[in-house]
Amino acid sequence: MSSQAELDNSELDRVIRSEYEAGFTTLVESDTLPPGLSEDVIRAISAKKGEPEWLLEWRLEAYRNWQTMQEPNWAHVEYPPVDLNAISYYSAPKSMEDRPQSLDEVDPELLETYKKLGIPLHEQEMLAGVAVDAVFDSVSVATTFKSKLAEAGVIFCSISEAVHEHPELVKKYLGSVVPKGDNYFAGLNSAVFTDGSFVYIPKGVRCPMELSTYFRINEANTGQFERTLIVADEGSYVSYLEGCTAPQRDENQLHAAVVELVALPGAEIKYSTVQNWYPGDEDGKGGIYNFVTKRGVAHDNAKISWTQVETGSAITWKYPSVVLRGDNSVGEFYSVALTRHAQQADTGTKMIHLGRNTKSTIVSKGISAGKSSNAYRGLVRMGPRAENARNFTQCDSLLLGDTCGAHTFPYIETKHPSATVEHEATTSKVSDDQLFLCRQRGIDPEKAISMIVNGFCKEVFKELPMEFAVEAGKLLEVSLEGAVG
Amino acid sequence: MLEIRDLHASVAGEPILKGLSLTVKPSEVHAIMGPNGSGKSTLANVLAGRDNYEITGGEALFEGKSLAELEPEERAQLGLFLAFQYPVEIPGVSNMEFLKAALEATRAAQGKEEWDSVTLLRKAREACKQVDLDPQFLKRGVNEGFSGGEKKRNEIMQMLLMEPKLALLDETDSGLDIDALQTVAKGVNSLRGPERGIVLVTHYQRLLDYIVPDHVHVLSGGRIVKSGGKELALELEQHGYGWLTGGQDGGNGKEDRTA
Ligand SMILES: Nc1ncnc2c1ncn2[C@@H]1O[C@H](COP(=O)(O)OP(=O)(O)OP(=O)(O)O)[C@@H](O)[C@H]1O
Ligand SMILES: [Mg+2]
Repeated sequence: MSSQAELDNSELDRVIRSEYEAGFTTLVESDTLPPGLSEDVIRAISAKKGEPEWLLEWRLEAYRNWQTMQEPNWAHVEYPPVDLNAISYYSAPKSMEDRPQSLDEVDPELLETYKKLGIPLHEQEMLAGVAVDAVFDSVSVATTFKSKLAEAGVIFCSISEAVHEHPELVKKYLGSVVPKGDNYFAGLNSAVFTDGSFVYIPKGVRCPMELSTYFRINEANTGQFERTLIVADEGSYVSYLEGCTAPQRDENQLHAAVVELVALPGAEIKYSTVQNWYPGDEDGKGGIYNFVTKRGVAHDNAKISWTQVETGSAITWKYPSVVLRGDNSVGEFYSVALTRHAQQADTGTKMIHLGRNTKSTIVSKGISAGKSSNAYRGLVRMGPRAENARNFTQCDSLLLGDTCGAHTFPYIETKHPSATVEHEATTSKVSDDQLFLCRQRGIDPEKAISMIVNGFCKEVFKELPMEFAVEAGKLLEVSLEGAVG
Repeated sequence: MLEIRDLHASVAGEPILKGLSLTVKPSEVHAIMGPNGSGKSTLANVLAGRDNYEITGGEALFEGKSLAELEPEERAQLGLFLAFQYPVEIPGVSNMEFLKAALEATRAAQGKEEWDSVTLLRKAREACKQVDLDPQFLKRGVNEGFSGGEKKRNEIMQMLLMEPKLALLDETDSGLDIDALQTVAKGVNSLRGPERGIVLVTHYQRLLDYIVPDHVHVLSGGRIVKSGGKELALELEQHGYGWLTGGQDGGNGKEDRTA
């Protein structure tokens, strides 16, 4: 090689690099990244968030690994392929001017639903993203609670904040439960997640309040690739609430969140979700695809309990799971999934028993109406060390009408002879006799159906924190409107 | 208040009522007796508006309104109450919750004042006491795991709270022990009043010892074949239905003790 050629080459390098840097700078400076996914986009996200090198590397690794993966197709759902290159992976929060200036500018249908759910006016404004600059009650309430949490030593902040403030915790636990190569959607999330929540409960601390009740409105806009990490240190307790009953609309069709729970020895985490993403119109058009990976690891004597009420999304694909790693650990899953119109839900849980004397309980209630499809998919695995492990599964389906479907796919693997697995499944319809009894007492059919359905879900609702349970009941009622006939 | 003229009705396409006429005026208690399968429950269900029970001829007016044109809940809101022969269970829906929904709907429609939850609970407890049901039953699912007799008492408890204008009681006495029968009868009697009509379907004279009817009718083959005063029930007790029906229904009503 001549020196001239060498010069040319390094010149070329320089030019390429500068072009790259220019492009990269524009990426970082723009409010919204152009659609498409590449290493540059990931670098830009990381740079915008001022992330440390290790996290960028982590994201890139996740990305490279994800590129070798295939979108799964085993779930009982059907949808046209999602064009991942049409998605913009970062956009700054809307400025005040871009938002609706008052509730008058908000979709009346949405407001009607807020009203039915009994959501107070100022919360409606926040949910609808109205630009209001007054100081809300709830903001000051939130501040009071934050100081109370700080007193107890509880860390509760956004995951971006945690990356800066508590890097040792994030580094230790991020991806420790859901590895970045776990599955297609979790891999994608690991590469591009923008924000989410981080919780740490110190040893022996009982978190003084249910987390997120008072914050959930502020957190409503965490984007389509949300990442949540909750670590409960030894002997601690926390109850965490996610989502809200108010219908949430989003321009982003694909939502692929990851939630990781770590319950260290003797700790207990109770995680409750109400999910009401926009399900689309009667044909499911415009609805959200909700592909979530949720998993917890329970160490010795620890307990993890998932409770979920799922009424939204065009497609739900979600299996909150517990790895019962430690001896005497406990896993629970309580679920209500309601589908109507063209909604499709494939949801359930995985209970992976590794430790001795581990115990899991699964109660799943599926309600289908319209032409929807509702599948329960559950795996119970008793590992070779899982002496005296026990599982109880109860899986009930309720059908409203003749055009919907309910399916149950239980998978059981037992590698220890002393492990016991019990599975009960029922499918029922709201009977004409029940409906007639209600109507004969003056109750209109819609109210009657919602009452009967609520009764069907009681075992799950009683696991929800009180306030959430009431909201969930109302949510079912609103969701079932028009489901009769 | 109830005016039934030449009523024909079919169940799932099968004609069951074939020209039935009956008038109930406020304050009156009517007893309807008749062999198994003669159409007594059918009549009650037609009046209450159950699906598949279709009026094919004649008419049934309640408070001057044609029942055929009203939804079941509208009939209930007008003050028509049916105590079921076989009360159905609604798992997970507590009795209290159910009563609250029922009373909210009917009281509002009838322009009665709304009861707050404290009042409702107090009234519900009183009603339980009247039919000898432990108030704990208010917390249990509607009829969920109730014994046969408890279900029947639960129906009467609901009726006491709802204070209907017209109460149709379909064999509320069957399945009750002797003490319960008296308790229930007392409950029903407490509802008797100048504004209220009561129609009792029963197989047993015994109930009529406690709730003394103004009129007794015998239903057979989808029609009322004989009407009379309270003595008619005694006659039936002694002679059965054969002399009235010519044996066409076969049953004599005494087989149904465990219903
Ligand atoms: N869904 C149905 N399809 C066809 N026939 C029916 C249906 N329901 C009721 N019947 C018939 O209608 C007739 C009247 O029934 P109904 O229940 O009114 O009798 P009842 O007088 O109340 O008898 P019991 O004393 O046994 O309670 C019976 O022959 C019964 O078999
Ligand atoms: Mg009958």
